[in-house]
Parts: sequence; C-alpha cells; structure tokens
Amino acid sequence: MVRAVAPVRLPRVNDPSLGRSLRQGSRLDHYVDRYAERTHGMTASQIRALFAVASRPEVVSLAGGMPTISSLPLDVIGAQVADLVREDGQVALQYGSGQGDPQLREQITEVMSTVGINGHPDDVVVTVGSQQGLDLVTRIFVDPGDTVLVEAPSYVGALSTFRSYQASVHHVAMDEHGLRPDALAEAVAACEAAGSRPTFLYTIPSFHNPAGVTQTAQRRKEVLEVADRADLLVIEDDPYGLLGFSGDPPRAIRADADDRVIYLGSFSKTFAPGLRVGWVLAPHAVREKLVLAAEASVLCPPALTQLVVSRYLSRYDWMGQVRVFRDLYRERRDAMLDALDDQFPPGCSWTVPAGGFYVWLTLPEGLDSQAMLPRAVTERVAYVPGTAFYADGYGSREMRLSYCYPTPERIREGVRRLAGVVESELDLVRTFGPGHLSGRAGLGLPAPDLA
Amino acid sequence: MTDLGRIVVLAGGLSHERDISLRSGGRVADALRDLGLDVLVRDADASFVHDARQDPPAVVLPLLHGAQGEDGSLPAVLDLLGLPFVGTTAAGARAAFDKPTAATIVGSAGLAVPAGVVLPHAAFRDLGADALLRGVVSALGLPLVVKPARGGSALGCSVVRDASELPSAMVGCFAYGEDALLQQQVQGSEVAVSVVEDERGPVALPPVEIVPDGDFYDYQARYTAGATEFFVPARLTDEVAAAAGAAALTAHAALGLRDLSRTDLVVDSQGTPWFLEVNVAPGMTETSLFPLAVEGSGQDLGTVLLDLLRAAASRGEVRAAVR
Repeated sequence: MVRAVAPVRLPRVNDPSLGRSLRQGSRLDHYVDRYAERTHGMTASQIRALFAVASRPEVVSLAGGMPTISSLPLDVIGAQVADLVREDGQVALQYGSGQGDPQLREQITEVMSTVGINGHPDDVVVTVGSQQGLDLVTRIFVDPGDTVLVEAPSYVGALSTFRSYQASVHHVAMDEHGLRPDALAEAVAACEAAGSRPTFLYTIPSFHNPAGVTQTAQRRKEVLEVADRADLLVIEDDPYGLLGFSGDPPRAIRADADDRVIYLGSFSKTFAPGLRVGWVLAPHAVREKLVLAAEASVLCPPALTQLVVSRYLSRYDWMGQVRVFRDLYRERRDAMLDALDDQFPPGCSWTVPAGGFYVWLTLPEGLDSQAMLPRAVTERVAYVPGTAFYADGYGSREMRLSYCYPTPERIREGVRRLAGVVESELDLVRTFGPGHLSGRAGLGLPAPDLA
Repeated sequence: MTDLGRIVVLAGGLSHERDISLRSGGRVADALRDLGLDVLVRDADASFVHDARQDPPAVVLPLLHGAQGEDGSLPAVLDLLGLPFVGTTAAGARAAFDKPTAATIVGSAGLAVPAGVVLPHAAFRDLGADALLRGVVSALGLPLVVKPARGGSALGCSVVRDASELPSAMVGCFAYGEDALLQQQVQGSEVAVSVVEDERGPVALPPVEIVPDGDFYDYQARYTAGATEFFVPARLTDEVAAAAGAAALTAHAALGLRDLSRTDLVVDSQGTPWFLEVNVAPGMTETSLFPLAVEGSGQDLGTVLLDLLRAAASRGEVRAAVR
C-alpha cells in the first residue's frame, strides 16, 4: 500500500507583515550566529573527507606526515617510562613549570648544538609540540590583519595557525635552494609600499615541508642580510634538521643570529610525535611573554612527557636512533624517486629532497591535483593537493608526496597507481582542454593522525 | 538489553563517502545503545565475511554510503551469508544507485523527472567535447546540473549557469566516475522526503526543506552545521506537501525499495515535485535529512531503526523456517 501521511505541524510564528504564517527553520547549530570572526573558515571539506579513506590498508597513503616509529626501541622506552613513574612519579605526575622542565631545557640546548646553535636553557620554552610554539609566537606578535611572510608553498599547520589569528599571509617564492632572498626583499618592499610592515617571516630552511628543498648556507646568509636590512623578525621552524641523508645537519639560521631569529624545535620526528614535546628558543624579552602566553594557554606543558623525553635523551643513544631514522627515510626517498623516474609521464617534475619526509611534485599544464584526488582514492592511492599549502588558491598543479610512513614496496606500488591516475586525468584534459583549475585555498588540510 | 541479539552496524567502506558513513554509524550506534541494544560498529573490510560466518550477528544494519554500500553488492553478500539485514535488496539498490536508471523507472511510474542525458567520458573523447557540449546546451538549455551517474553527498556535482563553466564541471564530475548525468536544473524548493516502512506499509515522513546559505547544497553545506537552514515540515501547502510525500512513496515502490529510503525532490512554483534521486542508505549524521524527518514526525531515530531491525529479524526467521 502506498500513501502519504499528513506532515506533522511544528509551532508556527505569525508574521503580520507577511500576512501569513511562517514555519521556523533550524540550522542545527544554536550558536551559528555567535562564532568569532576567525571561526568562519572552519567548515566541512570534501577533500579532507577523502583522506578518511586513506587510513584503510587497501590505500597506499602518500598523504600523511606520520613518522615511522616502529623502529623505536619500544621495550627500552617502556621500561624507562615505568622506571620514571616509579622513581620520580611525584614530579612526573605533578604540575610543572610553565617554561618547561629545567633539565630538559638544558638537554634541548645540547640537541640544538648539533645544528650549530649556542643557546641558553633560560631562553628555551618547552611547548606541546612545536605547533604550540608557533601558536604562541603568533599569539604574541600578530594582530588581526597583520602580514606574515611565508614560503610558497608552506607548512599547512602554520597556515592554519596564521589564519586562526586572522593574519594576512603573503607568500614568497622559492627555488631549488629554498627561499629566494630577492623575492623576500620584494615582498618586504611590497608590504611597505602598501603601508604595512610584515610582522615576521616564517621559514623552514632545512628539508622543507612540503617542498622538500633545503636552503644552502649562502642562501641563509642572504636571507639574514635581507632580514637585517628590513629589521624583519624571522621564525625558523626546524623539525627535520637532523634528518638529512648525507653529511652534517645544516647549520640553523639561528646559529648566526641571536636576536633576529626565533627558533622552533621538535622531538616529533627525532623521537616520537605522540609525546607532543617541542620548544621555542627566543630572545629573553620574547621568552618572558611566551611563558606568560603558555601559562594562559595550557598552564604548563605535560610534566610526564617532558620527563620521558629527558630520560630518553640521557639514557639512550638517541643520536644512534636518529641515524636509524635517517637510513630508513633515505631508503624510502630512494624508492619514491626511482619509482617516479620509472613510472611518471613526461611533463611532471619533482624535487629531490636531501632529507626530511616529502617530495613536491608538479603536474603537467592543465591538471588539477585537487580535482584529481577522488580518482586517486578510487585507485587506492592518496596524496595532499598542492592548494593546501598556499593561502591564496595557488598550487593546483602541485602535490605533496610523503615517503615517511609506507614501506619502500608500498611506495613503489603507490607511485605506480598514481602514475595511472595522472595518465587518466591527462586523457580527460586532452578531451576537455586545460585550464580548469579549482583555485580553492585551504581545503586540503589532512588530520595529524593520517598515515 | 532487548531480545534481538547482537546488531552489527556496517560503517566506513572504501567509497568517497567513508567519512560520512563513519559518522552515520557512530550516531546510529549511540541511538540504538540508548535503547539497550548490543551494537557492534565495524567496517566492511576483508575480515567481515569471515567474521560474520564465524559469529553471525542477529541483524546487520548497513550504513555504507556510495558504491559497495548502495550499488547492491552488499545486500547480495548479506543474502549469500544468510544474514538478516535492514534495507533494500540487491536489485532495488542497483536500480536506485544508478541515477539515470532510477530516473527512467520513476519517470515511467508517472513522476516528473528533469530532462537530462548520460554521457561517458569516452563519448566526449571520441565525438569531440566542444561540439557535444554545445549540443547538450542547445538541447537542454541552462542552467544545468552536472553530477556523477553514481554516488552521493553531492560529490563531483556542480551547477552550470554559463556554457563556459561546463568543461571544468565535466572534469570535476569524471574524477568521481566514468559516467556523467547532465540534467536541467529545476527552479524551486529543494525538499527531501524520507520513507519508512512499518506494519502499515511504506509511510512518508514530513518533507524536509533545504535552504543552503550558498546557491547550492554542496558537501560543505551538507556537513557544516549551521551552513544550511532546514524547515521541518517544508514550507509547502498541505496539498503540495502531500504530493511530495506521494512522490517519494511512488519512487520507493517503483524501484522496489524496502524498509527505508530518502527521495530528493525539487518542488517548482506550480507545486509539482520533480524527482532528482533516491538514496537507499540515507545519511544518519547530525546534519543529515533522514534523522531530521524522523524527529519532525515526532518519533525517535533509535526507535524507528529498532522497529526496522525487528522487521528484518523476523524476515530472517521466516526464511529460516522456509528452509
């Protein structure tokens, strides 16, 4: 039997001006008109939703940035954590200092000495991952509408932070040697011509995320010269600095400029991201404000995870483990580059990272990496579309490929599938012509737990 | 606890709508657990068939969206395993999932269906995209809705108001599937009518009217709370609302659907409901239309689903007795 039932009545609102009754609508969010201005960009994203599929084992994910922590000595760390709670639980399970554990700050200065930095423990602020360091630095320096300079492309998490503080992001061009000093000078001049002064430059000089390139020593010197001339504050983000595949770690920019540079460091890639321990090294006056801002934000970084890191640094050959990571990532980088060489169609180009996690790939003219992602997911491979790494809708021909998590065999399979996807998409472009770019910024932010 | 036994809610899958399906599954599981049911939410992955044979659930509630969940393959597998399940059989799902097939069947049953054409990528490649698109525009006019012939959540869909936007709409659409449906856009109120079967047969729930902030009820408008305004019941006269309900019931019956469905319609200024598509595994997220309709009818989502689970379980018993 097929029949309709009469719709159920909801309360009606009489609006005399219309002379008829209205039914009230619902937006399913009682607070929809009460959010702060900075919340407005926080919407559902179909690109982000596609990444949900990437977590399935059938899919080769070249999208995420999760380190391979399976090579960590989990038994040793387990015993260390148990000892820590047993021997030092009164401290490890208690509130700690807002600035971070004093011994860990000492050890952090030793870690920083490996990239040439001679820092003082008093100038170190321990943070909940370097992401919180970036958040705090942005909080104390950036007012809504202020301009920050970032590389083109730049780290997606930094762009999210800058967006949440309503900063205006100005991208600065890079090449195979990283940030271009001439472009930086031009960007500063452009800001000044527009009547503003950039609040800071945010840069990832070593093994860049997502671009995979590294600033040469000469470049770093030139960047500093431009910054000095413009009296520009530099935020140096260096999570991958120790993960170079040959030679010594690149010397940090901060190593040659005490007051000009705020340095962000992290144990997420050299040890374990689940601990959420990072730090900021800042001139003393800035550091004072960072500590107050940190206390307002989280009171203090977790004592437990700080002490876990501290024990690990003092009782384990942590540098030996970094070498294990380097060998592992080098092998995976090689697998990816070889597979790209073998499989990818002409017209594509990519960077050759000397360390870190990422290859940055540019597709042939007319292809749009964001529009192509559903096809890739259908073919069981995932990547992050380039537009995620720009604040201005650029990057539609580009994509980030990670080699940090899948095994070399899976990487080769993923690249093989992706090459097929690119071929199919090229076929589509041959049919409909080039130039159908999506140009939507900021839609592709993958969740942090994405493999 | 009820007497039903273990309920398996299938959520996730490998389709582009995995994220939505996981959200649907979580919400439904909560609603059922509130009623005391023993609920396991799990993915339809490589271990599912093995696990279901080892430890068969009392009833399966499939909430997989997109291919696999809605193309009929899952009911076929569940039938093969002899597992009672809520929802449409394989044949009904196959017909409903393919939008052009569904439109043809529903059109034959007397519903108004927007004029449209289905074209694979190969047709454009072989016949020349420019000429073919010009032909489509001159035959159907503008604006057009371009959508994948299969799939949901408005993924790969776009509204084309100017012919120059067509190539990019086609590229966006073909990223989701091999066949594109190009349809005239009917102007009017966008309305979804959910149908639930009870002991009286299929019953249409109050129509839900959808008014997105932007000009298109796209993915962002669907799944960002606050980005769309819903009216339950829709702001239609009683007569038009009844016509919309009847249209959904006609679609449900014509396609041979079972238990539950959601038909998406546009009601034009004359009050005529136009059929857009029907979903056999409607979304159950916090912003989804089926739960809104259930609430609008004064019922509780968990209770409605529990009734469907009981009906599925008794179908299973009947089947077992016949064997």
